[in-house]
Amino acid sequence: METKDTAASACSCSASAQAPSCGCDAAVRSPAEIRTTDSTITPANRLDHFAARWGWKRESHRVVPGLYRLGNPSTESPVFASANYTLSFDALRSALAGFDAWILVLDTKGINVWCAAGKGTFGTDELVLRIQSSGLENIVSHRKIIVPQLGAPGISWPEVLRRSKFLMEFGPVRARDLSEYLKTHKATPAMRRVEFPLWDRLILIPVEFVHVAFPMVIVAAVLWVLAGPVAALAVVSAVLAGTALFPALLLFIPTQDFSTKGLILGGVVAIPFAVVFGTNPLLPGWANAAGAATALLVIPAVVAYSALNFTGATTFTSRTGVKKEIFRYVPLMAVMAVVGSVAGITLGVSRLLGVI
Amino acid sequence: MFKSEEVHQNLEAKKNPSGFFDSYSETSLKYDPDRCINCKRCTQVCPHAVFAEGNEHAELANPASCMECGACAKNCPVQAIEVQSGVGCAWAMIGAALRGKDMDTECSCGGDAGSCCGQSEKTGCGGK
Repeated sequence: METKDTAASACSCSASAQAPSCGCDAAVRSPAEIRTTDSTITPANRLDHFAARWGWKRESHRVVPGLYRLGNPSTESPVFASANYTLSFDALRSALAGFDAWILVLDTKGINVWCAAGKGTFGTDELVLRIQSSGLENIVSHRKIIVPQLGAPGISWPEVLRRSKFLMEFGPVRARDLSEYLKTHKATPAMRRVEFPLWDRLILIPVEFVHVAFPMVIVAAVLWVLAGPVAALAVVSAVLAGTALFPALLLFIPTQDFSTKGLILGGVVAIPFAVVFGTNPLLPGWANAAGAATALLVIPAVVAYSALNFTGATTFTSRTGVKKEIFRYVPLMAVMAVVGSVAGITLGVSRLLGVI
Repeated sequence: MFKSEEVHQNLEAKKNPSGFFDSYSETSLKYDPDRCINCKRCTQVCPHAVFAEGNEHAELANPASCMECGACAKNCPVQAIEVQSGVGCAWAMIGAALRGKDMDTECSCGGDAGSCCGQSEKTGCGGK
């Protein structure tokens, strides 16, 4: 009742230019406008998805939160909750092609459902707030809302029921299973499982790489000048191994720990460089040893560190485990990087000074 | 504490006696089947089939697969499940450790102040 009232007497400030100075809570008091959407993914949508995958304008892949009409929904039509990240919302609306439904978009600050649930923004409070501010109970006659399964870390169904009278139903993990799910409203075990298949890993490579591309170019350029093109190539190889090869090969590299997987992959990548640096007939034995040691210590350390950081992007690593990994391996990585760098710097300085 | 914790850990110990090169064999998940009312919500929300349906109560079928997302505990109406949830985000945890802050509170993506994924600007969580 209260919700209907606030919805009708929309906060006067919300549409004005002085909105920031207005004390009203926009989320609660904005008018319960119902927007319309459809299931078509346009070329512009695809461009937006592509940009999102490359981390381009990270904050801008958002849809306006609130209630949406998909197709021609009635008071009996199902209600689906989604995040206001374009990739999430578009996955849902395109999966519901041919259905008449309501979509309630939560304000997750442009973050996907699972991450937002982990952070609590795709959460009980926000869902209850959106149910109330949209006036949903006057729009549909039933009291059910279908929430994506991966929203569960943020949303507590008993709490939502108590506070909004809406009973939550956990839909499948993937929106593309919805049409099958909606036949019986029962998910098969496969629909409930999160996997991390090759394509899901490959699609993360751009954003992983973009993060380190600039520092990589700088370091490679500096090393090219100081130590030659092979050293520059070693830097690029280490970074590409850590950000691209590692996600691709994740499940094929032996051992469970990401750090040890990274050390193994880095070790393999380092071998050719160790051979090149370690077999220079013009240099004395110790210099060859220092060159090989630099490659064999620094490259695996860099790849292992990237590998460890990839845990944050995977679908299965636990906090307890990642913490254990940090304490077990980060000191080792640091020692390897320092000793390897000292060997490399000693070698470089010796050459610059004409000692060798 | 829950009595099943012991059972859980023994089970894990058998599976991987050394825990060598496997930091993920133990988790903070605790389950008390005696409290379970068999509502099956945990089996619906778990993305790794850690819980399986049982006759009397849910079964802890696959505890080593737990990623501590916290979905089960959050949606258990009788608090039969406990887990220290949070995103295993090494980036933010290492950052917190280097700044001398507590790794647990600093990287708690589950809490209101959590900003793990946001700070590292990663898509994270499989980009779903």
